[in-house]
Amino acid sequence: MERNRSLALHGGALLILFLLQFVLPPYHYTNFTRIMVLAVYGIGYNILIGYTGLLSLGHAMFLASGMYAAGLAVHYIGVDPVSAFVLGSVAALAFATAVGLVALRTTGVSFMIVTMMFSQACYLLILYFNEVTRGDEGIAISEAARQIAGFSLTNPILRYNLALALFAGALILCYALIRSRVGRVLIAIRENEERVKMLGYHTFRYKLLALALSGLLSGAAGASYALMFGYVGATFAAIEYSIFALLWVLLGGAGTVLGPIIGALLMFYLVEWTSDVTESYRIVVGAALVLLTLFFPKGILGTLREKRLRWLP
Amino acid sequence: MTRSKTPKPDKRNGSISRRAALKGLGAVAGGTAALGLAPGFVRYIQVSAAEPIKIGFQAHRTGIGAAYGRWYERTTNAAVKLINEAGGIAGRPIELITEDDGTDPKRGAEVVEKFASQHQVDITFGTLFSHVVMGSAPRAGELKMPYYVVSEGHHVASGALNRYTFQPGITDVKAQVSSMAPWVAKNLGKKVTMIFPDYAFGYDHRDYFSAAIEKQGGEVVKLLPIPATETSYTKYFPQIPSDTEVLYHVMVGPGVLTFVKEMGEFYGSNRPQIFGFIDSLEAVDMASPGLEFLDGTYFWEAYPRYAQANQSGADKFYRAAVGVDANGASLEDAKDVSTYSHMFGCWETLYIIKEAVEASGYQSATDADKKKLIEATEAMSGWKEGNEHPQGDKTFSGQLHQCFGHQFISKVAGGKLEVVHRTEIADGTYEPETDYTKMAL
Repeated sequence: MERNRSLALHGGALLILFLLQFVLPPYHYTNFTRIMVLAVYGIGYNILIGYTGLLSLGHAMFLASGMYAAGLAVHYIGVDPVSAFVLGSVAALAFATAVGLVALRTTGVSFMIVTMMFSQACYLLILYFNEVTRGDEGIAISEAARQIAGFSLTNPILRYNLALALFAGALILCYALIRSRVGRVLIAIRENEERVKMLGYHTFRYKLLALALSGLLSGAAGASYALMFGYVGATFAAIEYSIFALLWVLLGGAGTVLGPIIGALLMFYLVEWTSDVTESYRIVVGAALVLLTLFFPKGILGTLREKRLRWLP
Repeated sequence: MTRSKTPKPDKRNGSISRRAALKGLGAVAGGTAALGLAPGFVRYIQVSAAEPIKIGFQAHRTGIGAAYGRWYERTTNAAVKLINEAGGIAGRPIELITEDDGTDPKRGAEVVEKFASQHQVDITFGTLFSHVVMGSAPRAGELKMPYYVVSEGHHVASGALNRYTFQPGITDVKAQVSSMAPWVAKNLGKKVTMIFPDYAFGYDHRDYFSAAIEKQGGEVVKLLPIPATETSYTKYFPQIPSDTEVLYHVMVGPGVLTFVKEMGEFYGSNRPQIFGFIDSLEAVDMASPGLEFLDGTYFWEAYPRYAQANQSGADKFYRAAVGVDANGASLEDAKDVSTYSHMFGCWETLYIIKEAVEASGYQSATDADKKKLIEATEAMSGWKEGNEHPQGDKTFSGQLHQCFGHQFISKVAGGKLEVVHRTEIADGTYEPETDYTKMAL
């Protein structure tokens, strides 16, 4: 019963996102495209913080590694977008695994600091290799380089549906993961790592797997952003983008499958609506976030799950 | 988002029949002709009844570009007010719609999207920071949105962007830097040590100035890139070679005051010649404590912040309109120092947009009209100095979508900047690196 409800909810969410493309006005159409891509980054982050209990403050490095691997390959070598997407995702997967081998030797606050330092080093490397990356200015990828089988990635319909496919893939992966035995071990690690160890599990390997998957999804989002929107820049490797992922997940509900997209949507439209009303919109957004934290301490879906929807994954 | 107030057609009563409209117009024309007021009054009717031309202003209200953004907005508002008072663009008032991009490239692209899809503007303009331009321009190109930036980056002229992106109102960093080298080599020295920020903006200085000084028979004896995160500079000064004749610095950000103070402590009174870019001190009072060491040093300025003895009438007019005093500060607050070497670009770009719209016969945001607007802008060759172009005359390359103009070298004297040299436009011109006119529209 609960499983059916849960499947209906997540399938329904994907169906709504599919149907929305027929009614959304152009501006929101592109925004939803962008939000779905960035929500994949949020889903990746959520696997780590929400389900495994590891708080990274440097996740932008994985977003950026996918973005740069894909973007630079297209810009300099003329790799086709599909191969570039695969390259970006795999690069982020490899990078996350390498970072994990070092960073996961720490826990708690130390893990936060180590991931933040790795990320900062990554950001500075992008600036340092300016000859290739164009540093803080970044690179605009030409429209001609963003074609798949003769179809331009600037086509809004194609772009929306590709973003939706990517988001659906990430959502299904996350859903399947947490329903799986591996997912239950990850949740158990979040709840009490020592007990999991005592039960005979090699928790380091599970945490590494979570970080690698998280990096893969973040990199896939970064690669998609570069290819769909034609820009690669160091800003996406900066600390702000690590914080954004944290905010989306916490707002939507850490440890809920749909939380990241709810959080990303909410953050975007909070800025959007408040900036239409006042020039000091950042104060209003800040106040709104404080209120949300007060009334939804576990995020929107997290609080709903706690109070009513116990079956929510 | 803010929207400037402009007259709009009254739609409260729904449709009006053609007969009723003709009757009404006939009565008004007859009445005004009888009063001998027709020419002026008819002109007023044309302007006020015309659909406004919507210009989206992408402003850095928040984020690292906020100090620049504040003055860009003031300058833009002043120019829009004047243009509207003088009859608007092609008889249509400008409706300026301002959106904050947070000095963020992702938000920048969203703002361009919002201008095109939601506000349905005719033109987008005003972006300053290079990374925001780079993040926004691809979307402007996809949307076929005429996009006039005021960034001074070399990204437009380098060919990295698209046919819809122009930079007609401010020179680019390559031209600025190249045109400084002849004067520096002749007047200050030929052995140069460069101190610059360790990111793209600094690298442009490093690359273009190094090449330009070598052309003058000089050389860069040491390059000292400073990481963006640096807060103290004392460890860099001992690395400056003792045979350095000129110290070239271009530091940006909150560390500038510390940089100058520590440079003064290192050198004392026995210093080489020092040449800097005013970007370091835009929006900073030259008389700030700690900047005394700069007395007697030289700066590049795109447009002299301090009113000079030979101040032009156009500069007087421009300062008064924007609300800037003779020291380059706000008329309302002498401590609110402007970004004088950059913000004029907004003013001049708006007049260029006006000229391009009027020359092209642009009517509405259709692909055909946008094409005409792009081609009309590309067909321009330059502008004369005057109230519309107070910084000076300029040439414009339609191939590069980039203007070229005069630069100024000023000496710090008594906490003010006095112009000692004005370059020729030719000093900053270079071989075209691209030809946007060959790109499809």
